[in-house]
Amino acid sequence: MFLFVVRRLFFAVVLLLAVSVFTYLLFALLPTDPAALSCGIHCKPETVLANRIRLGYDKPILEQYWHFLRGIFVGRDYGFGQTAFSCPAPSLGYSFNQHACVTALIGETFPVTAFLAIGAFVLWMIIGIGVGAIAALNKGKWQDRFATGFAAVGVSLPTFYIGLLVLFSVVIWFQILPFPSYESPLDNFSAFITAMILPWLVLAVLSAASYTRLTRNGMLEAMNEDFVRLGVAKGLRLRVILSRYVMRQALIPIVTIAGLDFAGLLGGAIITESVFSLPGMGRMSIRAVVDSDLPVLVGTTMVAAVFIVLANVIVDITYGFLDPRVRVS
Amino acid sequence: MTTTIDSAPDEGTVVSTGESIIGKSPRELAWFRFRKDKLALFAVAVIGVYIFVAIFAPWICSALGISPTQLDGHALNDYGLPDGPFGNISFKHLLGVEPGTGRDILARLLYGARVSLMVGFIATFLTTALGVVLGVVAGYKRGKIDAVIGRMTDLTLAFPSFLLIIALTRPFTQRLESLGVPEGNPARLTYIVLVLSLFGWVYVARVVRGQTLSLREREFVEAARSCGASNSHIIFKELLPNLWAPVIVIVSLSLPGYVSTEATLSFLGLGMIAPAASWGVMLGDSVKYYRADPTYLFIPGIALIVLVLAFNIVGDAVRDALDPKGDRQNLL
Repeated sequence: MFLFVVRRLFFAVVLLLAVSVFTYLLFALLPTDPAALSCGIHCKPETVLANRIRLGYDKPILEQYWHFLRGIFVGRDYGFGQTAFSCPAPSLGYSFNQHACVTALIGETFPVTAFLAIGAFVLWMIIGIGVGAIAALNKGKWQDRFATGFAAVGVSLPTFYIGLLVLFSVVIWFQILPFPSYESPLDNFSAFITAMILPWLVLAVLSAASYTRLTRNGMLEAMNEDFVRLGVAKGLRLRVILSRYVMRQALIPIVTIAGLDFAGLLGGAIITESVFSLPGMGRMSIRAVVDSDLPVLVGTTMVAAVFIVLANVIVDITYGFLDPRVRVS
Repeated sequence: MTTTIDSAPDEGTVVSTGESIIGKSPRELAWFRFRKDKLALFAVAVIGVYIFVAIFAPWICSALGISPTQLDGHALNDYGLPDGPFGNISFKHLLGVEPGTGRDILARLLYGARVSLMVGFIATFLTTALGVVLGVVAGYKRGKIDAVIGRMTDLTLAFPSFLLIIALTRPFTQRLESLGVPEGNPARLTYIVLVLSLFGWVYVARVVRGQTLSLREREFVEAARSCGASNSHIIFKELLPNLWAPVIVIVSLSLPGYVSTEATLSFLGLGMIAPAASWGVMLGDSVKYYRADPTYLFIPGIALIVLVLAFNIVGDAVRDALDPKGDRQNLL
């Protein structure tokens, strides 16, 4: 088991290195000049050149990548003399558009994304698994039809559109809530909840749809297993059969998918954050796309990739515990 | 996977119906199950209507005397808003006109169906082709090739795909234009289709590889090999015909996702751009008029949701039809 974990972690590090190479090369080969973008339209050629040297864009691409990689571990200094500044480790680069270290920018925006992700995730697991379980226990009845209908419609609704409709109807047409403006939960908790409640609900309800289907089908399949038949024959109470055998079996694949979905969300809920103007990592990424702010894009892509790879490792290790065959292969 | 027809049936029922026992192929059984799903049949009809209007959009428009690009200032009032209730719905403009330009919404909707369906079908086709080929090769050849394809899969899955898709839109569209793809929307459409396939093949390949790994050990493959069949014969004649069920399921469930993604990208201003008609473009445009002309906000949205929902319903029905486990009785 220990060897298995070590091997998975080693593989994850190699994978992340590969992702960093690809991300860096992909963005570095784009036909945009970060140095020119760093000082606006009315820029003297000398300033562009100076910026290029200061940011290190004059060096060959592999050397640039090496400095980027080193920066993650030991921090990075830019320029020299009067204009020198540095981004402490872990440095993901420097955004000239926003005049800040990328790590600091991510540090500012990540909590918003994390709050959004955690709240929505808790809600959608409750809704998804709850509705799915009710459907499975009432197979063929109206509860089941409602749940399968909810699942089919839910996965078909585009988040951006439903988000907008909810925002317009609650905030503008019916004026139930004020226009959401994000506040830190430490400063103003009620304003925080007011701003987050709509994005939480929209994200949770739409994402819950596929979990409803998974739970329902997983439970129905588990109910067909011989160990459930045995439990019924033994005269175990229904509650015991359901919680200890059926749910347990049905939840294994759901845990996997939930882990990956949650990780994806932590990398930035781009659409939800944009629609509800939440200052999270996703909205920062989309701003960076519009402004061609490459250092920020490289940074957010890397952070998102770290979450995805990490979630994969955790899921694999959990599986290794649950199923001994996985460890060997 | 037995049904009453396949299994040794009760003598009495056979005699009473007077029918002879006819074996059914898995394909026939699946079709039999699918046909019983009335909702799915309705959804197929809905998709049929969408495909029909998409193909015949120019003729339908000229028959109705409307055009997706014709500006109609007379349909607007002094503020540039539709001159009439509900976005100026009238006999001339059955679904009203666009604020600001006075273009006919129905005509734009019909042409928008072309974009959505084209992106959906082409991206699905490319994803499937790429995924099936790489998946079969990886599962059949195993060894080094499998390892290489497996690492490619891992790498693709490690990227935050949506972020990369939007981040690379502009530069890659420019690159495509410099490679000779017509400027503007053709280049944008090509980019969307290519990038969706680039991230989408992985899911098909994983399923196909897994299935191939177990299929290649089966007796019929061994028999073919012992007869001296070539690799290509085994892959195309022995393996592929047995892979169609899982492939169809994954394909029919991924198509609606591509339609949605195109709309999302166009909505964000990263997909198609006006004056091209795409539902995402229309939605992005309608947001500016959400207060003055809410009707405009609903029409393209409903068109999009109905299509995606229809595809999802058909996809679900196909999966149920191909998965005989669903027929079993439950204990609880």
